[in-house]
Amino acid sequence: MAKIYKTSCFLIVLLTLCIYGNAQQNQQCLKCHGQVFYQYDNEWTGKVDKRPMNPFYHIDSVKMHISVHKEFSCTDCHRPDYETFPHSGELRMEEKYACIDCHGGDDNFAKYNFEGIEQAFMESVHFKANDDKFNCWMCHDPHGYQLALRGQESIKDVVSLSNQMCLDCHTNKFKFGLISDEMPKDIAETHNWLPNQPNHFENVRCIDCHTQVQSDLLVSHKILPKEEALKNCVKCHSANSVLMESLYSHRVKESREESGFINAAILNEGYMIGANRNLALNYVSVILFGMLLIGLLIHFILRLTIKNKK
Amino acid sequence: MSEKLFLYPTWLRVWHALNAIFFLVLLITGISMQYSNPNWILVPFDLAVASHNVSGIIILISYLFYLFFFFTTSNRRHYNIVFKELGKRLAMQIRYYVFGVFKNEEAPYPTSWNMKFNPLQQITYVGVMFVLYPVLIITGIALLFPELIIDNFFGIGGTLLTALLHASTGFLVSMFLIIHLYFATMGATFFANFKSIITGYHEVH
Ligand code: HEC
Ligand code: HEC
Ligand code: HEC
Ligand code: HEC
Ligand code: HEC
Ligand code: HEC
Ligand code: HEC
Repeated sequence: MAKIYKTSCFLIVLLTLCIYGNAQQNQQCLKCHGQVFYQYDNEWTGKVDKRPMNPFYHIDSVKMHISVHKEFSCTDCHRPDYETFPHSGELRMEEKYACIDCHGGDDNFAKYNFEGIEQAFMESVHFKANDDKFNCWMCHDPHGYQLALRGQESIKDVVSLSNQMCLDCHTNKFKFGLISDEMPKDIAETHNWLPNQPNHFENVRCIDCHTQVQSDLLVSHKILPKEEALKNCVKCHSANSVLMESLYSHRVKESREESGFINAAILNEGYMIGANRNLALNYVSVILFGMLLIGLLIHFILRLTIKNKK
Repeated sequence: MSEKLFLYPTWLRVWHALNAIFFLVLLITGISMQYSNPNWILVPFDLAVASHNVSGIIILISYLFYLFFFFTTSNRRHYNIVFKELGKRLAMQIRYYVFGVFKNEEAPYPTSWNMKFNPLQQITYVGVMFVLYPVLIITGIALLFPELIIDNFFGIGGTLLTALLHASTGFLVSMFLIIHLYFATMGATFFANFKSIITGYHEVH
């Protein structure tokens, strides 16, 4: 017993040291990459130089801290040679890991089906148009990705995190320009056929329209050509809404309470025309309406027959 | 030749016509959206949304138009409910509709210059125009600007409650519409009342 206690104490201390160590180590990089300005000792002049940090090399340490890879130190993914400054020019040629390098064939991550995701991604418009130039990191910020659908409580947060992954590039000509020579089109303009478009973009994900549900993936990754995107309102706004298999699928599985509403899973957060109906009210209204019609019909027939008699 | 009363002034007939047309649009598009289904389309969804919004705004404007004339003309006299013995008079009217009509009895509260409604009509018209309509219009405006609605009302979504209220009230007014149309056939002749609301003259039995 004492032994187990000792070992676990030892492990906890080790783990704390490890995390602390990572934080310390990351601090070494973040003192420059986490700031708007960075400073270094200029060995040639003997002075301290202060420079602006390239905003594209700026890393948001708060986001990093809540990301899926929060336990990592920078040098787990980057070469340790980065510890010296100025960084060696060759370092920029370093080959980056792909998600599949670490996650592929690992049972711990089987539920995500990384292989299936990669397969779907290879069939997406982005990969087809650009090959390797477009990779997983383009959407999954290596220094800030957090799980949205699996990780967030509220649908609005799921939607906002997921959509930001697309909008970061589709509304940023510098990021977009890394891949395309064209300017990104204004998303609000290309979607102006949606009534109250801002409200839609807060309540539904880009990928809910731009991919098709894939049964083996929680988040389908095959972005379709724009011609195949979902434009038919009723696919969402109806009793058998496609959203029940995508955006709300997680909730549908979690809660199947009998509240008398069709698609009750949505109701905690909002109301979707056509997709939410109260069954009790439905029956009551049909019955009332039927009774009214029958009553009036009888009255009418009596009116006719009795009048005719006279 | 029967006697004629000029009961429906021009403003009222204009309002009534606008209200009738756009209420029908609202009813059809409303049902179409509430029961939308990919395989069974009454009105295409986006068209339904757009025309429901536009018709709703027109109904609101024409309702304000109606209120303006209601308060500035003597038409208001028809809506003054007299509460004394109201129950008894309502019962009389109901008895008439259920038995009297078939025996060709005289209507207990015939239409006159001072009172175009019988007690039952009066109560329902006041209810529809001054309770159900305002509820429909207010919830409708809220649904048009969902950001106005409180997100959470004692644990239930605010939009959901608003939408339920809107649909239920719409249902009640639609029931009224059916009854209204049926009773309109009970004038001097089958079509007499339909003619009146166009010409303005009421034909007395
Ligand atoms: C003294 C400030 C400073 C420190 C400390 C620092 N960097 Fe940098 N880093 C920079 C600057 C400035 C650049 C951009 C210019 C360059 O490439 O030298 C940069 C660029 C980079 C790049 C991008 C290279 C490229 O061109 O793609 C990476 C990756 C990087 N740093 C990683 C790290 C890591 C990891 C650490 C910590 C182990 C670290 N840096 C520590 C200042 C710093
Ligand atoms: C999970 C692996 C991972 C970790 C941990 C990580 N990085 Fe990165 N980093 C990457 C990848 C991959 C890229 C290349 C991104 C791309 O190609 O868009 C990158 C790019 C960069 C860049 C270049 C700017 C850019 O966004 O392209 C800098 C600077 C950088 N990392 C610094 C850091 C620092 C500082 C840390 C620690 C606080 C860190 N990285 C931790 C994987 C990681
Ligand atoms: C250098 C190896 C490495 C790379 C590259 C990498 N990951 Fe990870 N990832 C890990 C490890 C290890 C964990 C477990 C971390 C932990 O449990 O704290 C993890 C955790 C995760 C988790 C959370 C899993 C869970 O159940 O908590 C997700 C999601 C994830 N990674 C996605 C990605 C994606 C997407 C990419 C590529 C864009 C990627 N990872 C790239 C090593 C990596
Ligand atoms: C076009 C943008 C884009 C690209 C490229 C992309 N993803 Fe994703 N990915 C997303 C979005 C959006 C989500 C939804 C966010 C969420 O729910 O966590 C997501 C979610 C995920 C998840 C979490 C799924 C789950 O079941 O919770 C994993 C794992 C993942 N992606 C892996 C990858 C891998 C591996 C690649 C490269 C082969 C990749 N992604 C490329 C946009 C992208
Ligand atoms: C309600 C469904 C829906 C949602 C949500 C949606 N889109 Fe679209 N998107 C479409 C349709 C449909 C088209 C094709 C438009 C057309 O043909 O006029 C399209 C077109 C596009 C295009 C191509 C525009 C062009 O003309 O080249 C891009 C890029 C795009 N969407 C990105 C996004 C992003 C990013 C988001 C999330 C912020 C998003 N979409 C959300 C349905 C949607
Ligand atoms: C790193 C930048 C980047 C990110 C992130 C990104 N895209 Fe794109 N996207 C592009 C570029 C560039 C194009 C133009 C076509 C091409 O070269 O791939 C494009 C094209 C598109 C198109 C139009 C395809 C066609 O048929 O013309 C759609 C739709 C689209 N993206 C949706 C999305 C969605 C949804 C997401 C998020 C899940 C997303 N994009 C994330 C850069 C990006
Ligand atoms: C991808 C699924 C999806 C598609 C496609 C879609 N919607 Fe929606 N719609 C939603 C969701 C989700 C909401 C928001 C529910 C909420 O507020 O909680 C919504 C809300 C609405 C609202 C009411 C809220 C407001 O902002 O006024 C209207 C009206 C609407 N949609 C009309 C349409 C029309 C018309 C189309 C087709 C052109 C369409 N929708 C296509 C998912 C969709």
